[in-house]
Amino acid sequence: MVRESISRVLPGADVAALGPDDAFRDVLEMDSLDFLSFVEVLSERSGVRIEDEDSRRLTTLSAAADFLAAHTR
Amino acid sequence: MPSLGADMDEGTLLEWLVGPGDLVHKGDPVAVVETAKSTIEVECFATGTMNELLVEPGTTVPVGTPLAVIGPAEERRPVSRAPKKGKPSASTEPSASTEPPSPPPEPAPGPAPALSAARQRGHIEAGPLVRHLAEHSGVDLEALHGTGPGGRVTRTDVEAAVAARAAPRPRVRASPFARRLAAELGVDLATVTGTGRESAVRAADVRRAAPGPAAPTAPAPTGAAPVRPSPQRPPAAARPSEDRAAAMRRAIAGLMTRANRDIPHYYLSTSVDLAAAMDWLHEHNRQSPVGERLLPAALLLKAAALAAREVPELNGFWIDDHFTAGEGIHLGVAVSLRGGGLVAPALHHADTLALPQLMNSLKDLVARARTGMLRGTEVSEATITVTNLGDQGVETVLGVIHPPQVALVGFGRVVDRPCAVDGLLGVRPVVTATLSADHRATDGAVGARYLTAVSRLLQNPEQL
Repeated sequence: MVRESISRVLPGADVAALGPDDAFRDVLEMDSLDFLSFVEVLSERSGVRIEDEDSRRLTTLSAAADFLAAHTR
Repeated sequence: MPSLGADMDEGTLLEWLVGPGDLVHKGDPVAVVETAKSTIEVECFATGTMNELLVEPGTTVPVGTPLAVIGPAEERRPVSRAPKKGKPSASTEPSASTEPPSPPPEPAPGPAPALSAARQRGHIEAGPLVRHLAEHSGVDLEALHGTGPGGRVTRTDVEAAVAARAAPRPRVRASPFARRLAAELGVDLATVTGTGRESAVRAADVRRAAPGPAAPTAPAPTGAAPVRPSPQRPPAAARPSEDRAAAMRRAIAGLMTRANRDIPHYYLSTSVDLAAAMDWLHEHNRQSPVGERLLPAALLLKAAALAAREVPELNGFWIDDHFTAGEGIHLGVAVSLRGGGLVAPALHHADTLALPQLMNSLKDLVARARTGMLRGTEVSEATITVTNLGDQGVETVLGVIHPPQVALVGFGRVVDRPCAVDGLLGVRPVVTATLSADHRATDGAVGARYLTAVSRLLQNPEQL
């Protein structure tokens, strides 16, 4: 889901090549607008409201997955 | 061929959005032009009838070359989209060209429907009630075919025009550019409501219908960095992407060389305490749906725009050895493109936009800058530019002014810094705001007033 959300924001980004611990924001050169869109899409898809403070922790695929797992029930 | 920015010498006409005989209105996008830096929808500068298209799609012509001949607004059968007030006008297209109107106006030959004798341009036979009805319904009388005596426009004509506008369209009409875009964004054209001529689907409609966030951030034209978006075809590039990147580099080189040669820059810098602004922002974002969150950039841009209103000496152009104040504050926003390069399209009237509006406009503008779909007025009308390199991690930006503008505002990264607060040491979020200004137009004292205003405005975020 995290990968899909990134793809939505950056169509054409090679998300398959992202490792679970890559800092995707840097690797994909996402700026703050891109990242905000990503958080928006992820929030919408997962149904989890992602607060501003929390969004800062979503730096890698695994961190994002952990966050969603912890907040989804 | 309009000049779409001071760095443009020539442009390639990619596509006509209108055809001969079409009614065009001031502000309508009529053509897609590719410059070294971007693909741009060019808006028409006059209202009238497209008499003749002079330049074939795919042709590159110098700035100033006539692209088409616009004749006086001709009579047309009711069109599906209610045009605004038509005004007879004739000259070459489009406006930014310095060329005198040529060739001279000519009555539209060929494609325009037969004229009824009573109908002179700008002279519509219609009673006051009919005029009122037309105005109320947004119908252009000049575009109507009058069926009354002597070509007089009747109430029925107006009503028919309204009905025609509301009638379902028979099939999907779309410009080639829109089709290409739709294919790239995965949009089904049949589901898109067209706002173009005869409800034709235009690129803008496709973008609106595109899945994803309100402003889908599209892939960069070219890929350079590792694990990048795989090299993608630029949405409407007529040439290979490498040429395009090289052409953009050359365009930037030319403009910046000129700027540094001709403009005696002076630079000012100040640290702005953003504690109040960031607190306000976090609180706002906590209470807002995710889609309505604001970024610090929105506050910075708004403050920059309001400060330009307070210090109008920095908002405008230096042309022919004197300063001309800008009409309105159109904030150029430097947007770096993923394939490399830079464009600085304008947020029109940024000082009047409420923050959520400004944020949406910013998202939209950045997305379109990166997909190469800017409007002509956006690339040529900025009155002062802001560059925000905070995302790149730098703290201070000392920029080069975008001629013929006279000032460039820079914001760096928001960093937590130890600060003296009420006589104690505190840690506060701080941003470095800089100003590069043209010493021909202003002196340091004016620049200082500007930065002071930016800083003051950011202390009261709720008033931004």
